[in-house]
Amino acid sequence: MPFENPAPENGGRDGGRDGAGENEAGTPRARNGARAAHPPGGDILPLRLEGVCYAPEGRTLVGELTLELRDGGPTVVLGANGAGKSLTLRLCHGLLEPTAGTVRWMGPDAARARWAQAMVFQRPVLLRRSVLANVVYGLALRGVSRRERPALAMEALRATGLEAMAGRQARVLSAGEAQRLSLARAWALRPRVLFLDEPTANLDPAASRAVEEIIAAIGAAGTKIVMTTHDLGQARRLAHEVLFMHRGRVLERSPAPQFFQQPNNEAARAFLKGELLW
Amino acid sequence: MEESVHAFREAAWLLFSGDADLWEIVWLTLRVSLTAVALAALVGLPLAGVLALYRFPGRRAVVVGLNALMGLPPVVAGLVVYLALSRSGPLGGLGLLFTPTAMVVAQFVLVTPIVTALARQVLEDLWREYGEQLRSLGASPGRAIFTLLWDGRHAVATAVLAGFGRASAEVGAVLIVGGNIAHVTRVMTTAIALETSKGNLTLALALGLILIALSVGVNGLAFLLRDLTETRNAV
Ligand SMILES: Nc1ncnc2c1ncn2[C@@H]1O[C@H](COP(=O)(O)OP(=O)(O)OP(=O)(O)O)[C@@H](O)[C@H]1O
Ligand SMILES: [Mg+2]
Repeated sequence: MPFENPAPENGGRDGGRDGAGENEAGTPRARNGARAAHPPGGDILPLRLEGVCYAPEGRTLVGELTLELRDGGPTVVLGANGAGKSLTLRLCHGLLEPTAGTVRWMGPDAARARWAQAMVFQRPVLLRRSVLANVVYGLALRGVSRRERPALAMEALRATGLEAMAGRQARVLSAGEAQRLSLARAWALRPRVLFLDEPTANLDPAASRAVEEIIAAIGAAGTKIVMTTHDLGQARRLAHEVLFMHRGRVLERSPAPQFFQQPNNEAARAFLKGELLW
Repeated sequence: MEESVHAFREAAWLLFSGDADLWEIVWLTLRVSLTAVALAALVGLPLAGVLALYRFPGRRAVVVGLNALMGLPPVVAGLVVYLALSRSGPLGGLGLLFTPTAMVVAQFVLVTPIVTALARQVLEDLWREYGEQLRSLGASPGRAIFTLLWDGRHAVATAVLAGFGRASAEVGAVLIVGGNIAHVTRVMTTAIALETSKGNLTLALALGLILIALSVGVNGLAFLLRDLTETRNAV
């Protein structure tokens, strides 16, 4: 149960350096075998958005949103550029305060929600350190003991095909490599909910396919995936349900097969045909 | 003309002859300025981090105030510390006036705004880039500031070096609170001022050469660090 109990009071304050000792002394975690099966801890779902608006300076960019994200297969958010997908993910992840309405985790472990989620941003932000150190840093913040960090980090790098670059400066990676590292860092945390903002936007076809498979595996192992993508083929392959956004609003929410066969919404139909402009 | 050539030759000789008085002055200068800068960094860098991360009422005033204090004339800093430490001042009981400690305090007052203001700029830019990611990973503010300082260490070190350059080169503050007492509070800049006025150009020139070397060294180091930052940040 890697993250059942990520020492939330601790994980942040002294995160890696001091918190480590405590973990080492504490519960010996049956990590290795369990990790392959990848059972994420912390029951924080569902996530409920009620009347959520994001309207800085009076301009409504997102809203109003009222919806609930439940456990289950991947939720894929689709929509044109500027539809508000990235903002919606940020609102859900708690990085943005809605200007109206509430975002609430409803599960029993809601108090630990911060430690049970991770996000991969549309533009990867990498720290000025080595590839490996970037992943280790995330683990340190979650209170994973110092001894365990390198192995877990390498495992995540291996999964994303970055293991040969572990020692390289993260800032010199190519855009696609940076995106994979960003995913590796998030995945190493074994989040209960993983937000992915166009995780394959910069990837070549093969890498894109590989990352897609990783995402599918993460989802299958029990992590709730909430992602955006402009790759409709990928959306078809991954999505369990689709949220279709247009100009800050969710116009349609349907099970994936239904959405791709016959969207209810006019705008969604145009979008799928590649005819919808902003 | 001949006189100054002669003075130069004498000064060079003084530098290489291991003159005890001269090196005593150099040593005190380094001790005072390095201590002042170390304390300024200890206070200024966390403060810079707080200013970079938090938005609070009055923050703008603090930032403007710090920027204004960067140009504080050393004599004014000296005067303020003098008033505080003089016998009738609030800290007069400590008996610190005309000691190296008083000089450290004066330079600390002078340099802290410089270190803080320059570092704040660095950390704020870095936070703009890192902020969401660090918050997403669950970094506490303290941890985030530490991360910013570490990842921005080359640029932050440049800010600290700027503080050291300012401290080691100023005359006014140390003169007022130190008094330029031989073997006690005489540092390079005050010695140069005094020896020049006495017509003893040899010692003044020798010290001047050391100051120039120090300044070149510090700037070279800052330049190197900047280079390092740029290659590291190459995307
Ligand atoms: N901080 C902000 N301040 C003002 N406007 C913003 C801000 N962030 C985003 N916007 C605007 O809000 C709209 C939605 O942005 P968002 O990034 O969510 O779009 P998106 O659906 O993710 O688009 P894309 O597919 O291009 O990534 C855009 O028009 C954008 O310009
Ligand atoms: Mg986006």
